[in-house]
Amino acid sequence: MNNTQLLLSVSTGLFCIGLVGVIVRRNLLVMLMCMELMLNGVILSLVTLSQQAASATGAVLVFLVFVVAAAEIAIAVPIVLLLARRKHTLDADAFSDLKG
Amino acid sequence: MLTLIVLLPLFGFLLNGLLGNRLGKAFVSVVGCGLPILAFATAIVAFQAFQAADAPLVQTAFRWALIGDFSFEITFYLDKLSSVMVLIVTGVGSLIHVYSTGYMKDDSSYARYFAYLNLFLFFMLLLVLGRSLLVLFVGWEGVGLASYLLIGFWFEDSVKAAAGKKAFITNRIGDAGFLLGMFVIYSTLGTLEMDQINAAFAGPVLPAVSASLIGILLFIGATGKSAQIPLHVWLPDAMAGPTPVSALIHAATMVTAGVYLVARLSGVYIHAPEASQVIAVIGGLTAFFAATIAVVQTDIKKVLAYSTISQLGYMFVALGVGAYGVAVFHLYTHAFFKACLFLGAGSVIHAMGGEQDVRKMGGLYKKIPWTFGTFAVATAAIAGLPPLAGFFSKDEILWFAFASESGGATWLWALGSFTALLTSFYMFRLLWLTFFGKPRMDEHTAHHVHESPVSMTGVLVVLAVLSAIGGFLSIPHFLESQLPLPTVSEHLEHFEMPLLVVSVLIALTGLAGAAFFFGGDASRAARVGQRFTGLHKLLSGKYYVDELYETVIGKPLVWLSDRIFLRLGDRVLIDGTLHGLTGLARLGAGILGRVQTGNLHLYVWLVLAGIFACLAWSWGHV
Repeated sequence: MNNTQLLLSVSTGLFCIGLVGVIVRRNLLVMLMCMELMLNGVILSLVTLSQQAASATGAVLVFLVFVVAAAEIAIAVPIVLLLARRKHTLDADAFSDLKG
Repeated sequence: MLTLIVLLPLFGFLLNGLLGNRLGKAFVSVVGCGLPILAFATAIVAFQAFQAADAPLVQTAFRWALIGDFSFEITFYLDKLSSVMVLIVTGVGSLIHVYSTGYMKDDSSYARYFAYLNLFLFFMLLLVLGRSLLVLFVGWEGVGLASYLLIGFWFEDSVKAAAGKKAFITNRIGDAGFLLGMFVIYSTLGTLEMDQINAAFAGPVLPAVSASLIGILLFIGATGKSAQIPLHVWLPDAMAGPTPVSALIHAATMVTAGVYLVARLSGVYIHAPEASQVIAVIGGLTAFFAATIAVVQTDIKKVLAYSTISQLGYMFVALGVGAYGVAVFHLYTHAFFKACLFLGAGSVIHAMGGEQDVRKMGGLYKKIPWTFGTFAVATAAIAGLPPLAGFFSKDEILWFAFASESGGATWLWALGSFTALLTSFYMFRLLWLTFFGKPRMDEHTAHHVHESPVSMTGVLVVLAVLSAIGGFLSIPHFLESQLPLPTVSEHLEHFEMPLLVVSVLIALTGLAGAAFFFGGDASRAARVGQRFTGLHKLLSGKYYVDELYETVIGKPLVWLSDRIFLRLGDRVLIDGTLHGLTGLARLGAGILGRVQTGNLHLYVWLVLAGIFACLAWSWGHV
């Protein structure tokens, strides 16, 4: 197992942990963290593959994704905060008012 | 200078329309009457310039559009024919404006009235001065608009508003023919300038289009505007407007636009014997039928309206037999005596406090002597008593209807002469019922009857003088270089004097007949009416043409619109399709909406399923 395979396995592992976390956990904050975990798994594979292809494009793209992720969190956390303030809970099932 | 003639009334319209209500009646009167009078003065100056130059004055005011290598220009054109028309329109128009200051004195919409009247004059001048058919058409539609606005001037009364609509819509039918005629002319001749159209048909290379086709199409337009059968139904209803409007628009000027159009394009009609034949027959029939209806009408304005239709029929007879100058001559004399009659009727209505039914008048000659005197002169003029204006023009029409080599016929003359008898009869009947005999109005009205102010009687006197002496100015002779008279069959020439005597006798017979039947208490007329109830009913019902149109055209149209277009087309087809689509969308949304439970975990599962589906698919395909 060479380095690339190892790194890709780690990235897949991170992604799966994140995915399972989002699915099974009910706490909104934990769900958010798990989503970050998934994102990081993807980014890791991006960096690895760009290294393999000997191209800087992937590495540059990573920075862009970081910026977007930071912005996303900066919005998501206050939303969660407002939700929590309204219902005094962080349980995702409590916020199912918007159904069709 | 020609542009100025046209623009002056437009300024009047703008000033009165925008500022009139704020600046008071004195301002409105000065602007409303002053600018038409100025236009008249300018027209006289232009006419003198034309006489001095001895060539048509042409002035381009504005280039309208440049399409390909053809430019549409607003060009004004003053030749003998249009100078006669311009002088009639501005002259009689100015007189009627002055009259209106007296007649409409107490109306609350005084400024609006004068604004519309000036607008009408603007469009009418555009019509008679335009060189291109296109400019003429703009004026043509514009006078239709002004006519609509003025017929429905008292629009609070729904009957009057409906009369305005009827006039407008009936005219639309004729305009369709007019437009088709213009299309044919433009597509075959490549020009719409009327002098060039005439020249094209006279030229060595004849255009590749039937003159009769163009002639008939344009004549359809003329039947609408000039109220000829079968589109005559709007004119009697148009009497709903103020009486000076009836005098200006529905007697003296606008309704003669069709006559002007045919005379203007005489170069086409000379080469269109079939179209001319149609014009003569329609004109003769219209003259006759309208005159028969006028014999039994009881509304003073309706009698005059049918009389107008009948006189327009005469003009078309003259056009149909190629005597274009004579038609314009009758147009010219008719403008004077019919304007005088209508304004006289207006004065009577004014005196009677709004009453229009002649059965409730009678014996007015002592109380309103000026109105009576002028009305009598104009009546004698229209009846054709020599030496008044109507005698000359009507006699020339009858003469050419008899003897013209291009369409004259004995039966046409006979029809025209019988109509002349009817004309004389119904006009003197009107005179008798209105001014002679025992007063038939109630006490209150009788006490109220008074002579009109000087602004009205003065105009009546001027018009009466013109109807008396107007015939001595020989318009056909003046126009002959432009509108040559038709050749007369040589073997008929010796009939001219006898026919003249016959026309005079006919007019006198009409007078005697009216005096006989309607003299005293009009009991003889009543007995005759009872004797021929069927005929009387038919005539009072105006031959039931309105009812016929209602049954044949109106009802099927309403049925078609209601059943087919509204209920089937609109409600079932269009609304049905839309309702069906919305129903489908609602159903789909209802089903898909179930997925949106609001549960985040379900969404994640769905996303997961989606990702796996994508992966599985790409596994097989990539």
